[in-house]
Amino acid sequence: MLSRISSIIRKEFIHVLRDPRTLAIVLAMPALQLVLFGYAINTVVDHLPVIVLDEAGDPRSRAFVAAFENSGYFDLRDVASSREEVRQAVDSGRAKVGLVIPADFGLQVLRREPAMAQLVVDGSDPNVAQTAIFAAGMVAQVQSADTLANALARQGLATSGGATIELRPVVLYNPSMLSVTFMIPGLIGLILQFQTLILTAFAIVREREKGTLEQLVVTPIKPWELMAGKLLPYVATAFLAVALALGVGRFWFGVEVQGSLLLLVALSTLFLLSSLGVGLLISTVSQTQTQAMQLALFVMLPSVLLSGFMFPREGMPWIIQQVGLAIPLTYFLQILRGIILKGVGVEVLFGSVLPLAMFGVVVFALSATRFNKRLG
Amino acid sequence: MNEPAIAVRELTKRFGDLVAVDRVSFEVRTGEVFAFLGPNGSGKSTTIRMLCGIVVPSAGSGHVLGFDIATQGEGIKQHIGYMSQKFALYEDLTVRENLEFYAGVYQVPARLRQQRLAALIEMAGLTGRESQLAGTLSGGWKQRLALGCAIVHEPPLLFLDEPTAGVDPVSRRRFWTMIYGLAREGVTVFVTTHYLDEAEHANHVALIHDGVLRALASPAELRRSGLDGQLLSVTCEQPMHAVTLLETVRGVKDVALYGTSIHVVIDSDEQSIASLAAWLAGAGVAVHEIVPISPSLEDVFISLIGSAARSRDGHDQSR
Repeated sequence: MLSRISSIIRKEFIHVLRDPRTLAIVLAMPALQLVLFGYAINTVVDHLPVIVLDEAGDPRSRAFVAAFENSGYFDLRDVASSREEVRQAVDSGRAKVGLVIPADFGLQVLRREPAMAQLVVDGSDPNVAQTAIFAAGMVAQVQSADTLANALARQGLATSGGATIELRPVVLYNPSMLSVTFMIPGLIGLILQFQTLILTAFAIVREREKGTLEQLVVTPIKPWELMAGKLLPYVATAFLAVALALGVGRFWFGVEVQGSLLLLVALSTLFLLSSLGVGLLISTVSQTQTQAMQLALFVMLPSVLLSGFMFPREGMPWIIQQVGLAIPLTYFLQILRGIILKGVGVEVLFGSVLPLAMFGVVVFALSATRFNKRLG
Repeated sequence: MNEPAIAVRELTKRFGDLVAVDRVSFEVRTGEVFAFLGPNGSGKSTTIRMLCGIVVPSAGSGHVLGFDIATQGEGIKQHIGYMSQKFALYEDLTVRENLEFYAGVYQVPARLRQQRLAALIEMAGLTGRESQLAGTLSGGWKQRLALGCAIVHEPPLLFLDEPTAGVDPVSRRRFWTMIYGLAREGVTVFVTTHYLDEAEHANHVALIHDGVLRALASPAELRRSGLDGQLLSVTCEQPMHAVTLLETVRGVKDVALYGTSIHVVIDSDEQSIASLAAWLAGAGVAVHEIVPISPSLEDVFISLIGSAARSRDGHDQSR
């Protein structure tokens, strides 16, 4: 029995080593995805290109523009000479934000009248627009306070006793609010799911496609032995990929695992039950690798979109949130973020571990039964 | 102890309304080569799958190497070798790795393994190619490697499902030499094939058609008595035209064109060479020669299948 399983395992590893595509999925994909998600998909908005039309051109307007730049949210990209030019720059996407300072801006400031400046924002990406408006408002507020303080000082009044309120937020777990810190736990979940699901489904369907499954059925191999021999190698490669992702996260992006590595491995194994189960299920209904791939993508897409990997679940409509609760990755992401970022233990994660375990056991048991029936 | 290697009685398999195998009974003696013939879709594969213990019969019973085919599939699988026309090899594994894989699957003891593999590689003529990927071998090599994989555990019974499909004639000949070598060593061989010349050398030949066993005998017996009538070879002008004419003649049971001559089966009670020659002359056909010939297996099978089809059609019409 063990010799039969180990024969299959040895054979599977030879397949993996001789197939460049599988090797790429196992080794290159985790690193590539980390770099892609770590750099390209940055959900923090800053350094927005700004085009400025300064019709006032006096010290006060220049101070306002300088304050804009110094905020870090905006980069002065261009200086316009007409309102038309500002529109064109935003239309063409050269600038995301246009700042128009009217000719009487400085005068209004000096007269202590409310000074007007216009902000033109490209609203096609709401995330960008929101940040731009929020940041511009902050700059204007700070600038007004400064102006007021200066004016008071010039009149010989001290501001030291003034009741200014300063808010100092404390960000836990991801103090620099980097996207990559948030992405790494999610990616690990996604890699684990993708690899085990696709590679196990492929490993079985390939045998059906080539006709070797027909041969294996007439050998003394029992269906469950075939299943074990097919699944174990890809569990191993999945963990190798996870180790790779964690390594890149640690040494390239500086994201350390805060919690217990052992707990991480244990709960990952629990999560694998459900994705291996889905992989097996796909293998029982697909005749070709192409079919298996399409089915796998069909399963993966909701996981990516609804689990909270890409978009925060808090912002989803109630019904979509409920759908997300039927996806094992949703729970696993909560666990991963808990262990990697917060360093919490199983006592905190219990609410996610329980449904994950239930999913895993049920899905795997159903798939394994179906697999055994189809082969036996 | 002279128990048959295979014995089935009234073996039947139904898929819904379709009867794939209909009350088939036969025995295969230990150490013989048993050829199982039939057109595609005749029930050949279903029969083999029942014998291997992977499809459970709907009715009837059978034993393979003493194991019950309905309940002891695991025992059967341990002791048989199976090779299909697909040559179930792993193309990205080398010759040796393929053999090692099946040796592990059949749990060949480690101490025997190296010696066994060396013998198989030599038998298959694959010496020097041990490290070549199976996918890069040509058809004949693949076929012999697949056979090697199927007998790595030295099974007393070997199932070959159209083992020579798509292989060149020289490789086919070499393959059969290996098979008869195994049979001489006492291995029972159950083989399905499309090539009737391959069946000529078998100890027994069975013909299955529409799930029903139509004939079972040695090739010589089949040629002698399988044909219900006398076989004549007719050479004449315009043979195509003559075939359509002959089909209407009373006492002519079967007509088929073979190259430039026509094979005609006649009922000796109603027709003779002389009467047929006279009839053809009367119909305006210029006959060169009519001679009696001894039938080949092909003649017998075409005749058997033809008469089965006719009786079935007649049955359908009468309903």
